[in-house]
Amino acid sequence: MNAIEARKLFVKKSKTEILHGLDITIKTGSLVGLIGPSGSGKTTLMRSIVGVQAYGGDLSVLGQPAGHKSLRQRIGYVSQNPAVYSDITVAQNIAYFATVIGAPKLQAETAIKKVQLESHRHQLVSSLSGGQRARVSLAVALLGDPEILVLDEPTVGLDPILRDELWGQFNELVQAGRTLIISSHVMDEADRCDNVLLMRDGRVLWNDTRLKLLQDTQAADVNSAFIAKVGESS
Amino acid sequence: MMYHARATLATAKRIILQLSHDKRTIALMFLAPTLLMALLAWVFSDRDQMFSQVAPALLGVFPFIIMFLITSITTLRERTSGTLERLMSTRVAKSDIVLGYAIAFGLFGVIQSIITSLVAVYLLGMDVLGPLWFVFVVAVMDTFLGVALGLLASAFSKTEFQAVQFMPAFIFPQILIGGLFVPLTQMPGLLETIAYCLPLTYAIDALNLVTTNTEIVIEMWRDVGVVGLFIVAAIILASLTLRRRS
Repeated sequence: MNAIEARKLFVKKSKTEILHGLDITIKTGSLVGLIGPSGSGKTTLMRSIVGVQAYGGDLSVLGQPAGHKSLRQRIGYVSQNPAVYSDITVAQNIAYFATVIGAPKLQAETAIKKVQLESHRHQLVSSLSGGQRARVSLAVALLGDPEILVLDEPTVGLDPILRDELWGQFNELVQAGRTLIISSHVMDEADRCDNVLLMRDGRVLWNDTRLKLLQDTQAADVNSAFIAKVGESS
Repeated sequence: MMYHARATLATAKRIILQLSHDKRTIALMFLAPTLLMALLAWVFSDRDQMFSQVAPALLGVFPFIIMFLITSITTLRERTSGTLERLMSTRVAKSDIVLGYAIAFGLFGVIQSIITSLVAVYLLGMDVLGPLWFVFVVAVMDTFLGVALGLLASAFSKTEFQAVQFMPAFIFPQILIGGLFVPLTQMPGLLETIAYCLPLTYAIDALNLVTTNTEIVIEMWRDVGVVGLFIVAAIILASLTLRRRS
């Protein structure tokens, strides 16, 4: 079954077309790296999937049109700028979002542990580093144990050790049957994903496994494959 | 239903927590109106009656202005920081958020009104003919009016600069023609008609009535009722201006 299916997906923002009719298929239970330079439309695509972006064409998520009311409890979203309240503590943020999402109280504690912020729980978010704030935001997305997690550049600026651990957790979630879409403008992050969705200028360059991409382009890594694909399409 | 009640209260609690970490804002919110009242009493210190004539109407205006500003800026911050978008991607209803705001700021406004009213009456010697509790009722209504209009105004501003500018644009006209400076009957006919379309006019009228009547008259409740209708209308409009998708 497909978690996400887009057919001729268009998005316009103040008269400029951002996404130019995308066709995308993402299988349930896969981890997809959404890779592309900044300005390629990654965030717009993610916002459409989550249901906060108006779009044209067809976009179905878990069998429902994106933005459908029933999907709100089934998708977790981490935006690029950590969307958490900076003037309350870590624990207060998590507790508030847990209530709003309707997640059991116990999950709040688990979420804090998963992102390793136990020792910072009573600190104001404004006093945390950028990476720590990103983790608070990630913890919020884990609440409610959503079937699809959409993570916009979740590992930017993180300590390599922590980044490794987070990727480990992402893989665990996939093994538990969750679907993860993780964006990055850093090409080597794609090397951690089995499936890659390459984007450039609001178009899809590649939407299949990483191995096929490397075979197809005879490239050694995703970075070279990206360059090869850009060459093909122009 | 239970969920929405919980989400509304959790939102109110979260906003109170946010503000309570900002001690200076709290101090300003509670002290500024009181100090302004004291200043006014000082201005009129040689003319005792004047203070009692002007002060009750101002008791309604202060919480109105301050709550309008605080609400519109906090709501705007929520819109620009991405937290509102995150909330909109959950099952929370738009009305849960707007009501949460109204409850949290309403609570702050009620405390502010109590402090200002008590200081005006017991320390500064404000004297009203009618019952004091009615002054308090109107002040609280004005607080909610400020919150409701602030919620609405934040929908029309993209930056904090714009939000602050909405104060003179949205609020000052209501103060100028609301009967605070010149009685409505002495204004040009058109202005009088416009004044009757604005909520603050009714609040000022109610406070003027309570200073000059020893008992509650029906017009006072009519005024309070009209202000209440404006509050409900503004809150509904504010809920409608929240967008799930942009």
